[in-house]
Amino acid sequence: MTSTVENAGASRRDFLYIATGTVGAAGTALALWPFIDQMNPDASVLALASTEFDMAPLEEGQGVTIKWRGKPVFIRHRTKKEIEEARKTPLADLKDPVARNLNLPPDAKATDENRVKDANGKVNEKYLVQIGICTHLGCVPLGESGDYDGWFCPCHGSHYDSAGRIRKGPAPRNLDIPPYKYTTDTQIVIG
Amino acid sequence: MSGHSAYEFKNPIARWLDERLPVLSIVRGQLVDFPTPRNLNYWWTFGGILATMLVIQLLTGIVLVMHYTPHVAMAGDSVEHIMRDVNWGWLLRWMHANGAAFFFIAVYIHMFRGLYYGSYKSPREILWMIGVIIFIVMMATAFMGYVLPWGQMSYWGAVVITNLFSAFPYIGEPIVQWLWGGFTVGNPTLQRFFSLHYLLPFVLAALVFLHVWALHITGNNNPAGIEVKSKEDTLPFHPYYTMKDLFAIVVFLMFYAAFVFYSPWYMGHSINFAPANPMVTPEHIVPEWYFLPFYAMLRAIPSKLGGVIVMFSSLIILFFLPWLDTSKVKSLKYRPLARQFFWLLVIVCLTLGIAGSQPATGAWLLVARLATAWYFIHFLVILPLLGFIEKPKPMPASISEAVLGKEAA
Amino acid sequence: MNTVTKMLTASGLALALIAGPALASEHKQENAEDYAFSFEGPFGKYDKAQLKRGWKVFYEVCYSCHSLKYIRFRNLTEPGGPGFSKDEIKKFIKENEIVVDAGYNEDGEPATRPARLSDAIPNPYKSEAQAKASNNNAVPPDLSLIVKAREGWYYPWYSSPIIKLFKGNGGAEYVRSFVSGFEDAPDGEEKEGLNYNPYFKGHWTAMPPPLSGDDVEYSDGAKPTLEQEATDVAAFLTWASQPKLEERKRVGLMTMLFLGVFALMMYAVKRALWAGVKH
Repeated sequence: MTSTVENAGASRRDFLYIATGTVGAAGTALALWPFIDQMNPDASVLALASTEFDMAPLEEGQGVTIKWRGKPVFIRHRTKKEIEEARKTPLADLKDPVARNLNLPPDAKATDENRVKDANGKVNEKYLVQIGICTHLGCVPLGESGDYDGWFCPCHGSHYDSAGRIRKGPAPRNLDIPPYKYTTDTQIVIG
Repeated sequence: MSGHSAYEFKNPIARWLDERLPVLSIVRGQLVDFPTPRNLNYWWTFGGILATMLVIQLLTGIVLVMHYTPHVAMAGDSVEHIMRDVNWGWLLRWMHANGAAFFFIAVYIHMFRGLYYGSYKSPREILWMIGVIIFIVMMATAFMGYVLPWGQMSYWGAVVITNLFSAFPYIGEPIVQWLWGGFTVGNPTLQRFFSLHYLLPFVLAALVFLHVWALHITGNNNPAGIEVKSKEDTLPFHPYYTMKDLFAIVVFLMFYAAFVFYSPWYMGHSINFAPANPMVTPEHIVPEWYFLPFYAMLRAIPSKLGGVIVMFSSLIILFFLPWLDTSKVKSLKYRPLARQFFWLLVIVCLTLGIAGSQPATGAWLLVARLATAWYFIHFLVILPLLGFIEKPKPMPASISEAVLGKEAA
Repeated sequence: MNTVTKMLTASGLALALIAGPALASEHKQENAEDYAFSFEGPFGKYDKAQLKRGWKVFYEVCYSCHSLKYIRFRNLTEPGGPGFSKDEIKKFIKENEIVVDAGYNEDGEPATRPARLSDAIPNPYKSEAQAKASNNNAVPPDLSLIVKAREGWYYPWYSSPIIKLFKGNGGAEYVRSFVSGFEDAPDGEEKEGLNYNPYFKGHWTAMPPPLSGDDVEYSDGAKPTLEQEATDVAAFLTWASQPKLEERKRVGLMTMLFLGVFALMMYAVKRALWAGVKH
C-alpha cells in the first residue's frame, strides 16, 4: 500500500470511527444491565432466603413441613426402625446412587449418613431435612406412605424410602437436601 | 414509502426480504439516504433527543411497573420498595422522574425552535399540529405519572387539576365524578390514572410516528427557511445528521445524568415524600415546573370558568398558528421585527413560569395577568399584523447560496 | 436582545426582589443553620461512626414516639449504612427484647415473636389512635423520609433555585436545627401543650424538646452534647431516607466519566465527518 498523506488521514478516521463505535456499544450494553438485573430477586426477597428452625419439639416419628424460599421442606424426626431400614439398604438397590445433598460434593454416595449431613459435616441421623418436591414433575409427596416407609408421590406414583431416596416409579432423582447447618444440637438454619 | 423496492440489495437474504416486505428499502430511504438540508444547526438535534427521551421513559416505565402497586394503601410503600430493595430500583425511578422533566426541557426547546424558524408554516401545518397534540398528550401523561407515588403533592395535584373540569356549567360535576370514580380523588382514580399513564406513552409513540412521517413528506425546514431546491442543498441523513444528533444526545444525557445522580429530586417537591392525606392540604400547592406557565394563566383570571378556558385556549391557539402568522418568510433571521417579538414571547413565557411558582397574590398576580394578556396578544394581534407591517431582509435564493454567502461574509 | 426585552428583564428582576421578602415574612420560619455534613457534595459519604451514634439517639430518644417503617434491621448491616455486623444487630434485638406482631395465638390473643433481621423496625404504637392519644392529639410522623420531606432554607434561599441546586433542600440541616432549637418564646408567651421552636413552621409544635445533651452514652468516645446528638441523628435520618446515596454517587461518577469521554469521541467523529462539508 502506498502511504500517502490522504491514506494516513483516512485510516486515522477509520480508527476513530471504530473506537467510538466500540465505546458506544459497550456503554449501551452496560446501561442495559440495570434493566435486566431489576428482575432478579430483590433485597427483601434475599433477606428471606434463609430460615431458622428448632427441631427440639419434634417427637420421634413426627414430621413437619415448613416453608423455605416458598418451597415445602420436610423435616422429620425418624424412628429407629426407619433409620435402620435406610442404613441397611445396599447402594446397589438404589435407582439414584448419589446423595443429592447440596451440602456435599455432587458425586457423594447416597448413603443414609450422607443424606443427613449438614454443611459443616455434622451428622444427626435422627433428623432428615429435605425439599418436599418430587423430582419427577414437581408435586409434593405424601409422608409416611409408599412401599418403603418413606414418601409417596400421588401424581405419578413415585416411592421414596425413609431416607428420601427414590426406589420405585418415574422420578429420576432422590429428594434434594437443601443447604443447611446446625447452630445448636437441634437448631438449624436452612439456606 | 412506495410498495416497490427502490434499491437493489447485494446481500441475497436482504434482497429476498426486501422484495417481499420492503422494510430495508424504507429504512434506507428514510433514515440513511434521506435528503436533509445541509445547513441545519444544533437546535435541530432536539428531535433526536426527544426520541431518545421517549425511549428512556418507555423502558424505565415498563420495568418500574414490574414493582409498583397501584393502590392507595400500597403505592407509596411500593415506590419505597423500588428505592430501597429492587436491584437498581433507585436508578430506574430517578431516571423516570427526571426523564419526564428533561423530556419537557427538550420539547420546549424544540417548540421554540419551530417558532423561531417558522417550521409551522406551509407546507408543514400538519406536522406542527401533530406536534401540538403530542405536547398535550405528554402533559396528560406526565400529570398522571406524578399522581402515582401517592404523596401529598400527588394527591392535591390530582384534586386541583381534575377540579378544573368542574368549572363547566351543568356537565362539570358529573364529569368530575366520572373522572374520579367516586366523590373525591381515591383508589379508583389512582388505578385509572395508572392504566392511562401506561397507555398514553404508546399513543405518544404512534403520534411520533405520524409526526416523523409528515416530516418526511415535506422534508426538514432549515435555519434559512428556504425550501430545498436542488441536490446541492442537501446531505444524506446518515452519517451526517445521525452522528451530529448522536453527539448532541450524549451531551444532553450528561445534563440529565447530572440530575439523576447528584440532585435527583431537585425538580420535585419535598412535600411529596409525605404520604397523601385527604384531610390536610399543603400550604403551597404547585405543579411540576413544566406546567407553571399554564398554572399562572389559570390563576390570573378571577373567574373559575374563565381561568380554565384561558388556560386551555393557550394550547388550542397553537393549532391555528400556521394561519395566524401572515408572513411569507419563515425564518426570523430575515424578520428583524418579528425576532424582537419572539424574544419578548420567550421572556413572557418564562415570567409566567416564575409567576406560577409564587403565591397568586400582590405583585405576582399582576405580573401573571399582564403576561397572560401578552401571550394572547402575541398570537392573535402581533403575528397577524407583522406580516403586513414588516419588511423582511433580502433573502438568498437557495440554501446552498445561503451557506456560501455566509462563507463570503 | 433589544431595548424592550432589556426593560422587561429588569422589571422582572425588580419584581422578584419585591416579592421575595414579602413571601418570607409570611413564613416566619427561620433558616436552618448550614452545616457541612460528610455526605454532601458529589463525592460525599456517610460517616459510619456518626450513623452508629445517630442510630443510638434515634432508638433511645426519637423511637419512644416516632416510627421508622421503611428501615429493616438488615439495612443497619448493609453496605452504605452504619455497617453494624449481623451478630451485633441480632444481639441488639435480643437484649432489647424487640418483638413484632405475629397474628393471634391459640387463645385468640394478639401474639408476638422476636424480630428478625428481615423485619421492619416495629411501630412504637399499636395504632394511630394510640399514637394520637399519647401525644396530645398529634400523630408523630414516621421518620423514614423526614429528611427528604422537609426543607431547611427559606428567605433568601426560597426564591433561589440556583442556590438550592448546590446546597440541596436542607432537610438534614432542618432536622439538626429543629431537634436542638427549642427555646422560650421571645415574648415569654406560653401555650398549653405546645412548645416554641423558631425553625418550625408556625413556631409552635406539640413535640416536647427531645434532647438536652447527655441523653445517650456514646461508646466511641464522642461527647454527647446537644449539638453532637442533633448532628448525629440528622445524619442517621438522612441515611434512613437515602440508603442508596453512596451507590448513587459511585455509579454517577462512572456514568459522568463515560458520557464525558464518549461525548468527546462523538465530537471528534462529527468533526471528521463534516470536515470539508460546507454548512
